[in-house]
Amino acid sequence: MNIHEYQAKQILKDFGAPVASGVAITSLDEAEAAVDALPGPVWVVKSQIHAGGRGKGAFKELGPDAKGGVRVSFSRDEALANIKEMFGNTLVTLQTGESGKQVNRLYIEDGAQIDRELYLSILVDRETSLVSFVVSTEGGMDIETVAHDTPELIHTVGIHAGQGCTDADAASLADALKLEGNARDEGMTLFKNLYEAFTSKDMSLLEINPLIVTSENSIQVLDAKVSFDGNALFRHPDIMELRDLTEEDSKEIEASKFDLAYIALDGEIGCMVNGAGLAMATMDIIKLYGAEPANFLDVGGGATTEKVTAAFKIITADPNVKGILVNIFGGIMRCDVIAEGVVQAARDVSLEVPLVVRLEGTRVEEGKAILSESGLNLIAANDLDDAAQKIVKAVRG
Amino acid sequence: MSILINTETKIIVQGLTGKTGTFHTEQALAYSNTRMVAGTHPKKGGQTWQATDGTSLPLFATVVEAKAATGANASVIYVPPAGAAAAIIEAIDAGIELITCITEGVPVMDMVKVKERLAASSSRLIGPNCPGLLTPDECKIGIMPSSIFRKGSVGVLSRSGTLTYEAVFQTSNAGLGQSTAVGIGGDPVKGTEFIDVLDMFLSDDETQSIIMIGEIGGSAEEEAAQFLIDEARKGRSKPTVGFIAGRTSPPGRTMGHAGAVISGGKGGAEDKIAALQEAGVRVSPSPATLGETLVALLNE
Repeated sequence: MNIHEYQAKQILKDFGAPVASGVAITSLDEAEAAVDALPGPVWVVKSQIHAGGRGKGAFKELGPDAKGGVRVSFSRDEALANIKEMFGNTLVTLQTGESGKQVNRLYIEDGAQIDRELYLSILVDRETSLVSFVVSTEGGMDIETVAHDTPELIHTVGIHAGQGCTDADAASLADALKLEGNARDEGMTLFKNLYEAFTSKDMSLLEINPLIVTSENSIQVLDAKVSFDGNALFRHPDIMELRDLTEEDSKEIEASKFDLAYIALDGEIGCMVNGAGLAMATMDIIKLYGAEPANFLDVGGGATTEKVTAAFKIITADPNVKGILVNIFGGIMRCDVIAEGVVQAARDVSLEVPLVVRLEGTRVEEGKAILSESGLNLIAANDLDDAAQKIVKAVRG
Repeated sequence: MSILINTETKIIVQGLTGKTGTFHTEQALAYSNTRMVAGTHPKKGGQTWQATDGTSLPLFATVVEAKAATGANASVIYVPPAGAAAAIIEAIDAGIELITCITEGVPVMDMVKVKERLAASSSRLIGPNCPGLLTPDECKIGIMPSSIFRKGSVGVLSRSGTLTYEAVFQTSNAGLGQSTAVGIGGDPVKGTEFIDVLDMFLSDDETQSIIMIGEIGGSAEEEAAQFLIDEARKGRSKPTVGFIAGRTSPPGRTMGHAGAVISGGKGGAEDKIAALQEAGVRVSPSPATLGETLVALLNE
């Protein structure tokens, strides 16, 4: 789960991280109070969307000469003018796709005097199974480019869970970032606090780009991106409250209510599959036969008739869907349960597009019997290859 | 021979009294020579678990007690996500040799702590978020559908449960059968990686060929490819077919499995396919042609 920058900064502040003062607004009525709550003389107005590249992004509704999604303002009036121009418009960045994202929240922040821009992130390194810091003196730019062009400027420090972030770990991070004097002392404390925030809140990514050294040799978090491990949200009700549904696809929100793993895509063949690997492979084989998948959908191991019906409704709600492929290899999932769900759902939504069903595994004969006795106009497939060919033929002709 | 499990394997079920644990324990008891010996539940020690067909198993409060009373050397975990890591650690502390965690949805941070405990122990963990493992006609741990298996010569390993079934089904239909099938699980931090299982398959006489199924996310497939190259130089190699799921998956999205995500330009399918091909693995373009591809490779 992702959260906004201003929410991430509040969490980091709670863990003692140095963050500039700021006020988030969700309507233009709050603009003046927000600007007046900050001392100036510099105000930074930042679009709050769940996508990176905001500074270099462009607003769809504004002309090509308009400024981007993060604007430094040098007077109260300029700040207010920026707020008015940005609020409610659609920001397109490298990460949003062409359709962009509507800016419904702005964060107004006190400007900082930057001496150096650094990069810091924390993640779980899959190769070592350790929570790891990744730092670089080359902050403020795309870290993937830095990693590609100058890998020697990126330093990784793995932290052992039993000990936590030790003095030695913090010192090696401070060395890598060339921190000295006051900034070094503040950095050493910050690293430990960030590790604590990451582990105790079950984050999956904490990225600060840039982390700055100010002209007074102090450390400050200038931007923050935080994602959480969806599997651990059950123990963080406070984090759950930060979820912004306007940032998510409506079909994906509906799917999450039924515990379905669903991701909307651009193709024409809707898929309902059990198991994440098979669901990905089903998308791949559709592409192999020359069509495009409309979605990823894993109904999971413990699907009920109700869940299958919900999945079907979500798939058919997508106007691009010209045909549906159901591909089930039952392990935990029983084929008869799937079959009942498919029959029920096809009746409920009065299905108008071709439906190909491939069943295999636990209770396959019972499942096939339910389908053939249902009187539904569906196309039965013998195996995965057969299923993919049949649905592509039905849709593409 | 086979790998990891055989007729000598004695299994404790952690989380036996729940619905999932009960269903799959009944299935395992019904499979060939599988030896399920006990269940554990902190509040039901001393009681008895009854299957619908009347078979019963003793329940113990702890894994230590269950192991002492039955001589068990393996455990399977059906405990819900919030308690799964504690269950794994209990099994490690009790000295269980092979621990299989079926549970999906274990927090990554919990697994980071589990891995540190595993490293200091002699236990092996399979999973979490996996279908378990099965040696045909000998032993089944977990939730794989038994009916598709056939005793034979192919070692199957996969990050995906249902794609494991595809590989098993297709090799059974091709008349090859399996030595052992191992689902290592779809989480980013897990007990056993491809390399560990490949090493065992390469050493196992009964395993004459291998099907390895990977997916997007992480770099375990690239590491496995490098391992196969290094082992081949030492003269250890077996005909191997590969498949990578997720060629059409968009970057930045987690595709169902917590570990299946292309992030920061890394973990994409094409890099993995190229690495496996470099290592001499025959990569099947379709998940429907795993068996066919292997038969063709063996006939060359």
